[in-house]
Amino acid sequence: MFYREAGEFKTSYRADQQTFPIGLDKLGFYTSLLIAFVVIPLTMSEYWAQAVFLPFLIFGIAAIGLNILTGYCGQVSLGSGGFMAVGAYACYKLMTAFPDMNILICVLLSGGVTAFVGLIFGLPSLRIKGFYLAVATLAAQFFLVWLFNKVGWFYNYSASGQITAPERTLFGYVITGAKAETLPIYFVCLGLLVFLAVIARNLTRGAMGRKWMAIRDMDIAAEIIGVNPLMAKLTAFAISSFYVGISGALLFALYLGAVEVGEAFSIQKSFLILFMIIIGGLGSIFGSLVGAAFMIAMPVILKNLLVTSLGWPGDIAAHLEFMIVGLMIIVFLILEPHGLAMLWRIIKEKLRIWPFSH
Amino acid sequence: MPAEFYYGVEVFLNGLMAGVMYSLVALGFVLIFKASGIFNYAQGIMALFAALTLVGFQEGQIPFSHLINAIFGTELHHFGWHMPAFFAILAALVIMIIFAWLVEKLILQHLVNQEPIILFMATIGLAYFMEGFGDLMWGSNVKKLDIGIPQGGNFWIEESTAFLGGPDFYGFYLDTLDIYATFIAAALVIALVIFSQYTKTGRALRAVADDHQAALSVGISLRAIWVIVWAIAGFVALVAGIMWGAKSGVQFSLSLIALKALPVLMLGGFTSIPGAIIGGLIIGVGEKMFEFLIGAPLLGGATENWFAYMVALVFLVFRPQGLFGEKIIERV
Repeated sequence: MFYREAGEFKTSYRADQQTFPIGLDKLGFYTSLLIAFVVIPLTMSEYWAQAVFLPFLIFGIAAIGLNILTGYCGQVSLGSGGFMAVGAYACYKLMTAFPDMNILICVLLSGGVTAFVGLIFGLPSLRIKGFYLAVATLAAQFFLVWLFNKVGWFYNYSASGQITAPERTLFGYVITGAKAETLPIYFVCLGLLVFLAVIARNLTRGAMGRKWMAIRDMDIAAEIIGVNPLMAKLTAFAISSFYVGISGALLFALYLGAVEVGEAFSIQKSFLILFMIIIGGLGSIFGSLVGAAFMIAMPVILKNLLVTSLGWPGDIAAHLEFMIVGLMIIVFLILEPHGLAMLWRIIKEKLRIWPFSH
Repeated sequence: MPAEFYYGVEVFLNGLMAGVMYSLVALGFVLIFKASGIFNYAQGIMALFAALTLVGFQEGQIPFSHLINAIFGTELHHFGWHMPAFFAILAALVIMIIFAWLVEKLILQHLVNQEPIILFMATIGLAYFMEGFGDLMWGSNVKKLDIGIPQGGNFWIEESTAFLGGPDFYGFYLDTLDIYATFIAAALVIALVIFSQYTKTGRALRAVADDHQAALSVGISLRAIWVIVWAIAGFVALVAGIMWGAKSGVQFSLSLIALKALPVLMLGGFTSIPGAIIGGLIIGVGEKMFEFLIGAPLLGGATENWFAYMVALVFLVFRPQGLFGEKIIERV
């Protein structure tokens, strides 16, 4: 009764094939945009912005990227942390080499650089499948982190081996460097996230997305009906890496400001992003965002609950946090292996007839 | 012969020893993957947890003492007794068996017939849980594990090989612990082979590895087999934990040996026990020699982190199922 498609009459193909064909969905989409662009910036505090909202927006982009590769194209990747590092270092090199270039262009270009690197590491996927590929992508993770640690050119031979974002402004607001303001950063990240999410949604609905899904479901069968596996897999790797690279660039330039590669882009980050898409739902853009929100917000909430409210020592809270995160992952997988997005779909199905019996 | 040559030989031998240690970890992966198709990421954490438990029993630590102290304000630390190493190992083994049973009962049972990636994720969740649980139970400080295996360079080998080189060559330096590890690993593999070839349970295990449904239809209990396999993997993890723990102390980084074992698996094939051994040796020797010949002089060192993965990656492009893995046959 509360969620229904009844009474929606489409008179053109165009209307029938829009992203949100059901009025209620469209309403929900615009409402969440309104909340994200107006309500949250007006109400959020500095702490919550730094602890939850900014990481959510940045990792949301990475989660969408990985979901394109893993959820839609079926190629499991554990190298996202390494690709984020590529984005961050590309952004750093661009920012320092071309001081006059707009920061947004820097970020997008570093996405492009990452796409190219992802393409190279995606090449073995044509021969290697399944878990072998998953482990093979770890090669990218370890090799890239090592590379950025060892080769001085990447961090401009700075003494600490760290990279530090120089100050850049966008429309008069400082968004990188030490004097960056939170609110402009929030809007830049949010704008990019919405922009990239809409593109991803349309890519996956289109011919390219259907090819990816055909490869995911059965690559030999897909090849027989005329999907070129080379093109499908490599485009998935490139586009996915583009997203992950942008996320890495944002994480470095806008959020962290200074980065030590082994710490900020370790294998834990790869797992974190993988958790996001598994818990959110493989093969769902909405799911990527929900999963990202869940994985970012949960540790913060837990920490607040245990340390601030109950007054337990920090190390015990940290151990408990690990346990609870692990437990929740297992429980989620057991209860709903297809993630929160599937749960949402089930709820919508139920809401169609609820509170009536049929 | 120049001293560099002998030094290279020493690096080679040490690589072999390191390879044995990698194989020990890789074995646990292979056992579980063969029997249940689960890629158990938690194997490294299992080794850490087993070693922690062993040390905890040996020292007579009170489990969860930190947590109890934090909640009730008490000052509990130790029971005040020391358990002999042998009994501590037995007790740790019992814990690992209980752990295997719990994993089957609480996790695997509910995830039958799910896709491999879901099961893999579940084991990552398990790894996170165990990481927190182990630290909560036994504390997160670095612990020393000592069950009486001698450590340090082996003088006998050093003295008896010193004559090979010139006056500035003092013989090969090999850690006694590594030599013990080699023999223990060999014994473990032989025991596993005998177990799987000549016992009834072993046959059932191989049947399950071959075909789940066929095994079920002749009356083999899949769930019992899974418990057994996880218990054996727990045992292997305990052995690996003892060896690595004795070498570098029991701490969180112990669980990262799982990441070292992954390229070994890729090289050897996920389903082959000899593959795990030979893959381990190749990786161990390869990364040490690469670091010695190319990495340290030309690339700035620390190449061991990625070299194994690169070797495995390049190798897999030419042979996608690994050295000894079952041939991948795809049908539409």
